[in-house]
Amino acid sequence: MSMMNEDAGKSAPGYTPFHPRWYRPHVSVYWWLGEWHYLKFILRELSSVAVAFFVIETLFMLSALHEGPEAYAHFQAVLRNPLVVLINIISFLFVVFHTITWFNLAPSAMPVRMGGKKLPEALVAAPSYVAWVVISAIVCWIVLH
Amino acid sequence: MEASSHDVLMVGGGGAGLRAAIAAAEVNPKLSIAVISKVYPMRSHTVSAEGGAAGVAKPDDSLDEHAYDTISGGDWLSDQDAVEAFVREAPQELLQLEHWGCPWNREPDGHIAVRAFGGMKKRRTWFAADKTGFHMLHTLFQTSLKYQPITRYDEWFVTRLLVDDGRVQGVVAIELMSGKIQTILAKAIILCTGGCGRVFPFTTNAAIKSGDGMALAYRAGSPLKDMEFVQYHPTGLPFTGILITEAARAEGGYMLNKDGYRYLQDYNLGTPEPKPVLRCMELGPRDRLSQAFIKEHEKGRTIETPHGHVVHLDLRHLGEKLINTRLPFVRELCLKYQNIDPVTELVPVRPVVHYMMGGVSTDINGATPLRGLLAAGEVACVSINGANRLGSNSLPECLVFGARAGKTAAEYASEQKPASAAVLAQALDEEKRLEAQYLHKVGGRERVATIRGEMQATMERSVGIYRDEPLLQEGTAKLRELRERYADINLDDRSRTFNTELESALELGFMLDVAESMMQCALHRTESRGAHQRLDYPNRDDERFLAHSLVYRNADGTSRVEYMPVTITRWPPGERVYGQGKEHGEAVAAKRIR
Amino acid sequence: MADKITLEIARYSPEHDQEPHFQSFEVPVHKEWVVLDALNHIKDTVDGTLTYRWSCRMGICGSCGMMVNGEPKLTCATFLSSYAKNGEKIRVEPLRYFPIVRDLVTELSDFLAKLKKVKPWLLPKDEPPLAQGEFLQTPEQVDRYKQFSMCINCTLCYAACPVVGLDPVFVGPAAIALAQRYNMDSRDQGAGERTAILAHPDGVWGCTFVGECTRVCPKHVDPAGAIQQYKIAAVLDWLKSFVAPRGA
Repeated sequence: MSMMNEDAGKSAPGYTPFHPRWYRPHVSVYWWLGEWHYLKFILRELSSVAVAFFVIETLFMLSALHEGPEAYAHFQAVLRNPLVVLINIISFLFVVFHTITWFNLAPSAMPVRMGGKKLPEALVAAPSYVAWVVISAIVCWIVLH
Repeated sequence: MEASSHDVLMVGGGGAGLRAAIAAAEVNPKLSIAVISKVYPMRSHTVSAEGGAAGVAKPDDSLDEHAYDTISGGDWLSDQDAVEAFVREAPQELLQLEHWGCPWNREPDGHIAVRAFGGMKKRRTWFAADKTGFHMLHTLFQTSLKYQPITRYDEWFVTRLLVDDGRVQGVVAIELMSGKIQTILAKAIILCTGGCGRVFPFTTNAAIKSGDGMALAYRAGSPLKDMEFVQYHPTGLPFTGILITEAARAEGGYMLNKDGYRYLQDYNLGTPEPKPVLRCMELGPRDRLSQAFIKEHEKGRTIETPHGHVVHLDLRHLGEKLINTRLPFVRELCLKYQNIDPVTELVPVRPVVHYMMGGVSTDINGATPLRGLLAAGEVACVSINGANRLGSNSLPECLVFGARAGKTAAEYASEQKPASAAVLAQALDEEKRLEAQYLHKVGGRERVATIRGEMQATMERSVGIYRDEPLLQEGTAKLRELRERYADINLDDRSRTFNTELESALELGFMLDVAESMMQCALHRTESRGAHQRLDYPNRDDERFLAHSLVYRNADGTSRVEYMPVTITRWPPGERVYGQGKEHGEAVAAKRIR
Repeated sequence: MADKITLEIARYSPEHDQEPHFQSFEVPVHKEWVVLDALNHIKDTVDGTLTYRWSCRMGICGSCGMMVNGEPKLTCATFLSSYAKNGEKIRVEPLRYFPIVRDLVTELSDFLAKLKKVKPWLLPKDEPPLAQGEFLQTPEQVDRYKQFSMCINCTLCYAACPVVGLDPVFVGPAAIALAQRYNMDSRDQGAGERTAILAHPDGVWGCTFVGECTRVCPKHVDPAGAIQQYKIAAVLDWLKSFVAPRGA
C-alpha cells in the first residue's frame, strides 16, 4: 500500500506530474521457451527442416539409382550407418508431426461450406488423414512386394 | 488549467452518444464534435443488451399498434406525442443501422426477421441472435470512426457541468490516464450516460451505471423526471444479477415456482399454453412478472438458495437445437457464470433492477429546460416509457432520441456565442474542490465500499418492488445520514495515474444524489402505477397523478417534487390488461380506477 | 476445497515505482467467485489503490482481460475454484505485450489506431436511400461473416500473439478479423480499400499462424482462420491481376 497519505510527497525519479511513464516490458529472445504452446509452434516450424532433409535424401537416392548399381549399393551402405538411421528416425517423427499439424490447421484456412453452414474442422481434415493412410498403405505394399 | 473547445459535446459514448455524434456530424460536417466517456465506447453498457429492438416492419403491423402497446405498457404515463414520433422513426433508425452494416437476423428470403417480445401484440422486434445491443454498439462505434469531425476523449471522467448566464457552457473532466483536470467548453452538451442501476444491490447493470449524467443535470439545476419508476427484470441470475433475456421466454420458456407450477396464471396474465402467446403468461409485461415473484415469495412458494430466493426458468422442453440457434448466449451465460446447462437443468432466476424509466427531463427533441443541455437514451426521460418500459423499446429509444438530440444540438450550437470567462473560474473552483475533498484530504474514516453497500441495501428495502410510507421515510433519513458520512470519506489512493478509487468516490456522490431524487419521488407519488407500487395506495389515481414527477435539487442538498401533466393525444387512459380473450382496445372515456 | 486462496498481483505506480513488483493477498473462495470478484473484494475492503478495468461482469464488454497464471483470460469468467481445487496460487498480471499504465491497466491507444486503420465500416458500392428498404441478405450470407463479427475487443489475442510482442507494428489478429468481417459481408464492396493495409508485411504477411490468438479468444472468433483465409484470397487476387489486369 505504497500510495497512502504519507508517501504523497515522494516521487519515483523520471516521473513528471500528469505525464505517467508507461512501463514497457521487454520481450526476451527466448520468448518461445517459456510456454508449451509457443514451443510447439517453434518445433512445428523447425519440422520443415526435416521435410527438406527427406527431399534432399530422396534426390541423392535418385541420383545414385541413375548412376548404377555400385553407386546405389554405396548409398544403401551410408543409410545403414547408425547415426544416419537415428537422423532418419528423428526426421520421420518431425515429418509426422508436421503432417498432423498441417492437416489440422488447413480447414481453418480453407473453410468448407455445405448447406449454408461451415463444416466442422474435424470433418474437413478427415479426408486428408484417410488419403494419407490409404496412399501409405499402397506404397508400402508396392515396396515390400 | 487547460481548456479545449467544441461545438457539440456528448457525455457518454454508448448507443445514444455515438448515434447523436453521427447525427450532428451529418447535419453539419464543419462542426467540432466530441464524445467524452469514462470508458472506451465499446465498453458502454449498450453492449450487454440481448433481446432486440422494436420497429414496425411487417405489413400486418402498424405504427398505431406499436404506440398503443408502448402507451398501455407504460400505464398511460407516456407522453403520447413523443411515443408517436418514436414509433414512426424507430423503423427508419433500425434500417439506417442495417445500412451501416448491423448483422440483423434474416428470414430465408433475405428480409429482416422479427420476433415476439413481452408486452408487444405483434411481432416487431428486430434482433441479431441474442446479442442485439453488442452488434448495434459495435456497428455504431465502427461507423463513427469514419467521421472526421468527431473527436473522442476516451477514459475521461466528467465531474461537473459548467453553467453561466442560464446556459450550459462546458464540463470539467479528469483525464484518467494522467490525472489532469481539464475544462472542455461546448456550445451544446448532450448527456448520454445511461441509467443508475448500481444504486441497487442486485442489478443487471454494469459497474459504470452510476447515474452520472442524471446527477450532473440535477446538480446544475435541471430537473429529473419520474425517478420513482425503476424497472425490475424478472429473470436475472442470483448473485451476479446477469440478465437472462426476455427472448428466452419469447421462445417458449416457462417460469415455475418450487412446486414446478407455472404460477403466472394466478396473476391475471392468462392461461398457460404449451407455446408462447403474445402478451400472456411469461410474455406479460416485466413489472407484472416481478410483482408476481414477490407475491409468490410471500406465499412461501419460491426456492431458497445461498444468494436469496429464486424461481426457476425452464427451457428444457425447447431442445438443444433451438437453444443453440436462437438463444446461444443464454446457454453460454448460464454455463460460464453459474455452471448450469439450460438444456438439461432448471435456471434459478429472480427479479433484478434493469432499467430506469426516469431520468433527466427532456422534451421531444432531447432538450432540457436548461439551455444548451440535452439528454438522450436511458439517462433521459422524454417520456416514452412512462411507468413501465416494454422490452426491446430501449435500443431504438437510444437511436431515435440520440439522432434527434444530435440534430437539435448541432442546430443550436451553430447559433451560439463562445463561452464566458466566468465559466473558467468555476472550473478552477471545481479543481480545488476535487483536490481538497478527495486527493489531499486529511483524516476521514469512511470507505467508499461501505457507504455504497449501505446505500444499496437502503434502496432495495425502501425503493424496491413494493413501497410504503414508513419504509420510504426510513430510507429518506438513512440517505441523509449517508450523505453526511460521505463527506468523511478517506481514499487509500492519492495517486494521479488512473485513480479508480477517486472515480468510485465521485460515482458514489452521484449515486447518493440520484438515490435521494428517487426516494422523494416515490414518497410523493401516493398511487400505484406501472413499476411504482405502493402497498398503502394500491390503486391507480388518474385524477391526481396522470402527471410526471419533476424533482429539483435545493441548495442545501434536499429536493422538492412538482408535477407536470402527461401529454395525451389519441389514447385516453384505459385499464392495462393482459391475457387471452380480453379486449385491450381503448376505453371510451378515462376510466377512473379507485 | 480450501476456503482461502492467495492472489499474487502485479503492482505498478509510475509515481512511485520504476518497474512492476508483486503483492500477495489472501481472499476467501466462494463457489461463484471469479478472479474479478476477488479483485473487487481486495479493492473494497483491503487496499483501495488496486487498479484494474472492469464493467459488465458477463464477458461482453471486453474490459477485464488480464494474464492469470500466464494465460490471457477474462477475469469475469475465470473461477477461483478451478485454481483452489488444485491448491494453486493465482498470479494476476496485466495483459502481455502492451505498455502498462498502472497495476493491471494496459495502454490501448495503439490497438485502437490499428482497428481504425483497417477501415472497419461498411463500404457498399452505392448506398440506396432508406426508403428502398434493407439490403437483402440471406441467413447463409450472414453466416459467412457472423463469426468474425463477434469480437469484443478484449485484446486477449494481442496478449497471446508472439508476433505482436516482437513486432509492434503488426496490425494484429483482432483488427484483421474485423477487416475480414467486412470483406466477407455481402453488402460490402470495400475489400479493395483494405488491401493496402492487409496485404502488407505488417498486415497478414506478418502472421506465421502460431494460432494462439484463436486458442485464447473467449468469443471463438477464430482470428487465425480469418488471417489465413485472407492470405489465400490475397494471393488469388494477385494471380488474377496477371491474367486479367483490368476489371479482374
